[in-house]
Amino acid sequence: MKKLTVLSAAIALSLSVSAQAAEELRLLTWGGYAPQEVVDLFEQETGIKVKVTKSNNEEMISKLKATRGAGFDLAQPSQDRITSAQKAHNIYKPLDLSKIDSSQFIQSMLAATKDQSTLGGDVYAVPHVWGSSGLIVNKADAADIQDYTDLCKPAYAGKVTYRLKRPTLIGFAFAMGEDPFAAYADKDKYQQIMEKVGQKLTDCKANVKAYWSGGDAMLNLMRSGETTAAMAWDAGGWKLNKDNADINFVAPKSGALGWIDTFVLPRKTKNEEAAYKWINFVMQPNIAAMITESAGNFTASKGSDAYVDAKLKAQYQASFSPADIDNIKWYPPVPAGLEKIEGKILDRVKAY
Amino acid sequence: MLVSSSTASGSRSRIKLGMWLLLAPLCLWLLLLIILPHIELLSFSLSDPDEGGLTLSFYGEFFNEPLYWRTFLRTAIMSILATALTLVIAFPVAFFIAKMIKGRSKGILFAMCLIPFWVSELVRTFGWMILLRESGVISSGLQWLGLADSGVELLYTDATIMLGLVYSAMLFMVVPLVSTLDSLDDSYIEAGYDLGGNNWNIMREIIIPHATPGIVSGCIIVFMLSLGNYLTPVLLGGKDSLWFTEQIYTQFITRFNWEQGSAFGILLLLLSSLIVWLGLKVTGQSFTKTMG
Repeated sequence: MKKLTVLSAAIALSLSVSAQAAEELRLLTWGGYAPQEVVDLFEQETGIKVKVTKSNNEEMISKLKATRGAGFDLAQPSQDRITSAQKAHNIYKPLDLSKIDSSQFIQSMLAATKDQSTLGGDVYAVPHVWGSSGLIVNKADAADIQDYTDLCKPAYAGKVTYRLKRPTLIGFAFAMGEDPFAAYADKDKYQQIMEKVGQKLTDCKANVKAYWSGGDAMLNLMRSGETTAAMAWDAGGWKLNKDNADINFVAPKSGALGWIDTFVLPRKTKNEEAAYKWINFVMQPNIAAMITESAGNFTASKGSDAYVDAKLKAQYQASFSPADIDNIKWYPPVPAGLEKIEGKILDRVKAY
Repeated sequence: MLVSSSTASGSRSRIKLGMWLLLAPLCLWLLLLIILPHIELLSFSLSDPDEGGLTLSFYGEFFNEPLYWRTFLRTAIMSILATALTLVIAFPVAFFIAKMIKGRSKGILFAMCLIPFWVSELVRTFGWMILLRESGVISSGLQWLGLADSGVELLYTDATIMLGLVYSAMLFMVVPLVSTLDSLDDSYIEAGYDLGGNNWNIMREIIIPHATPGIVSGCIIVFMLSLGNYLTPVLLGGKDSLWFTEQIYTQFITRFNWEQGSAFGILLLLLSSLIVWLGLKVTGQSFTKTMG
């Protein structure tokens, strides 16, 4: 008898738990974009639990491709990875813009993202966090590194780290005087540019201490002084700058590479309403500032600058002069098929 | 007569049903987790994403592009080397545990081999990174002792990968070796000495032949674990250290090229099975004898 009551109590409990858990938002995002305090505030306000999965562009697309757009209610790929992935794999769902409070966005950025993520008349994305990648330099040891190609100077043998990923190829291509974005539509030309960059990266190999893959590995290499220069994100540079004033993010001469991470709906999202609620919630200036604080990057939320810590603003201004900002190269949408070209070049660089 | 025969067939069919029920989990496991995924993998690797229909081009890519087969060759050779090293290190350890000590301390020593495996492979690998990096424990220790003037980088080389592979595979060699050596009757060894054999004779004529099934099964496990390892080569490896599993991962995840990744996966399965088969042939062992 006692057993029975315990059992029924357990069943009742599990039922009530599952009833509560019904309202859930499964968010596929980047590290730092959904800090716990924001998640808690959102739950307080709406009663919706947010289940955060941290990822990166390639993994987001692969995950959604594997499930044909299921498993998550809201995802945050970069702006250049939306139309191509949609065309190839049909993993996203068009946004209902009437459910998004557009007055909270910086208008120029909203317009640009909408424009770049429109396919067949449907808009698939709105902007969230933006930033750039460029160089992180320890000025005490490597003051004269101003562009990606400077990483290959003989003076820095064994003191440099970067990723073997597409931003490195693109950055080096710009630094070598090419314009890879202009060649996006012309595969042969693009192949030619990438071959050239691959050769440069192979020649540069002696300078590299290790190719980093996770952001923390890069931070450790720079913080411990094992490397003096890295190719990485601006936020990483500012984080390091807090501990060591000599290290800071430097916008390369040939231009930092600008990205915008967006909000998109996976095709089989189960809780669209919660997704719109989350977008509107995190775009409020004070909440957006909390995300800037944790991710280290600024958001597309209008007026959130006023809430952001003065230190981060100062770091940002130290890294970017107005001319540097104008010189940022924003990633255009990647046409399908380029990944294969880039992939082979990167494999070769690593193998030989 | 009629009655008895019908009960006999009834009990036989009951036995059959019981056998099938017992077999069901195994069959389901084989079918759902091994056979079906591999069929899916095979069909991916043979399908042409652009035109539809069948194609062998993804397999052709492996043989035509030196990069890929060289990566496989490198991975295989390093795995064989890691297996040999593991055997050389694990054999004395296993012999000591199985034959030289008795009672409680035996259990304790065995547990000490096991304890590192209580934490995940990732944590263990990070542990090695903390020890070996330029600003790490060993490097600063050497500097403190005056043996090195500046930081010594011990990470990011093939030797580091080897260290990581041997370390993470050690247990899988020690366990089968201990169990086979345990089953060797000490009196055989004593008889060997009585008949005038020296240490080397006895090792070669008595101990190794008896331990062969353990050696072979340990080697197969360690070889397969090393070949299929992803974490260790990626985290500890250097600039030139492309591992074949890493290649498969990048094809799937960063290139969205599932067809190529599947072809590599199938090739890894076939080529590694071939290597194991060759290994068994060369050492004159049969798979059933080793596993039985």
